[in-house]
Amino acid sequence: MDLNNLAGFLAATFRMATPILLASLGGVFTARVGIINFALEGIMLVGAFMGVYGSYVTGNPWIGALMGSLGGLAVALILGYMSITVKADQVVAGTGINILSIGLTSYLLNVVFGIGAKPSAVAAFQEWAVPGLSNLPFVGPVLFRQIPLVYVALLLVPLTWYIIYKTPFGLSMRAIGEHPRAADSLGINVYRVRYLAVIISGILGGLGGAFLSIGQLSVFMEKLTSGRGYVAWSTVTVGKWNPLGIMGASFLFGAADALQLRLQTLGFKIPYQFFLMLPYILTILVLAGVVGRTVPPASMGKPYGKEGR
Amino acid sequence: MQLKLGKWEISIERKPKVSGLLAGILGPAAALVLAFIVASFIIALSGANPLLAYKYMLSGAFGSLRSFTETLVKATPLLLSGLGLTVAYRTGLISIGAEGQMIMGGLFATLAGIYMGWIPGPALILVVMLAGMVGGGLWGAIPGYLKARLGVSEVINTIMLNYIAIFLVSYLLDVPLREPPGYFPQTAQIARHAWLPYVLPGTRLHLGVLIAFASAFVVYFLLWRSPLGYQMRAVGYNREAARHSGMNVGKNMVLALSLSGAFAGLAGMVEIAGLHHRLLNGFSSEYGFDAMAVALLGKLHPGGVTIASIFFGALRVGANMMQRSVQVPASLVFVIQGLVILFVLMDELLRNYVIRIFAKPVLEEKSYGLK
Repeated sequence: MDLNNLAGFLAATFRMATPILLASLGGVFTARVGIINFALEGIMLVGAFMGVYGSYVTGNPWIGALMGSLGGLAVALILGYMSITVKADQVVAGTGINILSIGLTSYLLNVVFGIGAKPSAVAAFQEWAVPGLSNLPFVGPVLFRQIPLVYVALLLVPLTWYIIYKTPFGLSMRAIGEHPRAADSLGINVYRVRYLAVIISGILGGLGGAFLSIGQLSVFMEKLTSGRGYVAWSTVTVGKWNPLGIMGASFLFGAADALQLRLQTLGFKIPYQFFLMLPYILTILVLAGVVGRTVPPASMGKPYGKEGR
Repeated sequence: MQLKLGKWEISIERKPKVSGLLAGILGPAAALVLAFIVASFIIALSGANPLLAYKYMLSGAFGSLRSFTETLVKATPLLLSGLGLTVAYRTGLISIGAEGQMIMGGLFATLAGIYMGWIPGPALILVVMLAGMVGGGLWGAIPGYLKARLGVSEVINTIMLNYIAIFLVSYLLDVPLREPPGYFPQTAQIARHAWLPYVLPGTRLHLGVLIAFASAFVVYFLLWRSPLGYQMRAVGYNREAARHSGMNVGKNMVLALSLSGAFAGLAGMVEIAGLHHRLLNGFSSEYGFDAMAVALLGKLHPGGVTIASIFFGALRVGANMMQRSVQVPASLVFVIQGLVILFVLMDELLRNYVIRIFAKPVLEEKSYGLK
């Protein structure tokens, strides 16, 4: 692989990693307050649909991205209600939300574009070359000729790190994740902080979904996310609930995705399906290798009620 | 809360302490009603009349012998994979892997049906059944083993294995197993005597329906009448307590996920041997995902799961009719399923708010009937 090829591969890695990075940064907020965000798949899917819809109606991908975030937010609110207020099993609730999202998006796709019709391509994000920097050799094409949302995602990594470790809100989140009752007795509103964390995860997950539909492609198809929400959630675990680790893990999966695309186009003898499997196999292997040695926030998956239900 | 509609009074009131069988029926029933109410708004969104849409859905699913048998045909894989998930969920394991296990069951069954055609008569059917169960069982054993040995959550692994199974079969159909001369991504037909016989002439209702109903009894006896089932439920009820009373928790978890996979694999087998008679991409029609809704709506009880599977089978058949007649997209089915799962999870809330509709004059007499 020569330098040009390598640069192309790395650039693709950034592009493929971004939706997972955005969604898993959202996931870290929910994880930190002890909520299993299985709904990320549905959040991303609705985000992807709303992204295309917003761009289709207005012709502006930015408005699409905004709509995508709002769609993700709406789905996240269902998760919040189910896991915080109803105190339901979070994995099952997330799965229900995902099935609902599959149904809703494919239903609305049929309603908007007609049953069985091919959805038309909408305005998608274009690459934006950072003036000056994009002309640097090697680094330029890899880092500085990307879709604007890639930069947004990369900037969100330190921001999320700062929020979690350096702000009172982050402290509240971590306290709730470890011991909701203790946090409550310190005067932290457990319900409110949990809802806020879920809302943030919805906005980021929706944005990640919109990136799939109007960043990487310019259409929406049924089940477009094909498990990337689940991959994003496992990325949160693999990255040990730390935004920096999560960025690393997202790039690992992005690289697997990019490799899969490259090898397909390079005409390798290995069947393309094996490369498509790569991110999923990688998830299993990495989880088996890493998770044994990590400890999730203690209240993970446990609803909190004042009466100690 | 009270609403007055003419001489009817609808009262929504808190009713603590509804339990037992009544609660097991009321919760899911309320969940269903709510799901259909919400879905009717979504139908209205597309400009159609919800009542008309539901009418076509109902007549499409139950309107004739043909449509009713189609409902049962669709209920069959749902029931089998729903039973599998019931075994896993009762052991405290949340498996999302029925889809992949069903696909692997279909793959193994097809291989047996093609390459073991020398086995005579109905014996071949048994071999094909066994192959399907082994295929699904192995696919379930992987996350079980990873959970028991390494403590990796089965949830994500079962999902990942779904995608791996889809791509694996897609590859196998692309090259090694493709039927010559190879115009379509499908295998050759399985041996004729491996086909499940039809039980009602003139319909597609095949023996798989009876296999599925029999499996419901098997699962009931397994879970509630066998020592193994007792252990699995004990592990599901309280993992630590089970460990302290000397049960091998890890072994039970591997076993439960393998069994769960075996039933899903059987679902794949009946689809191949009963309907398609060859392996195709997408033959599983995502029954494996619907099975989660089926298991939950059926309250993780074989009887409930049986009813729920027929209901969801009806939903699928009816939705096609609905799409043809009033142009409401059939994917509404998934909307209803997702809503059902969510509302079932809320059924503890719903159960406490029993919605009662009374004619005013009898209000006094009837009201203590439910207390």
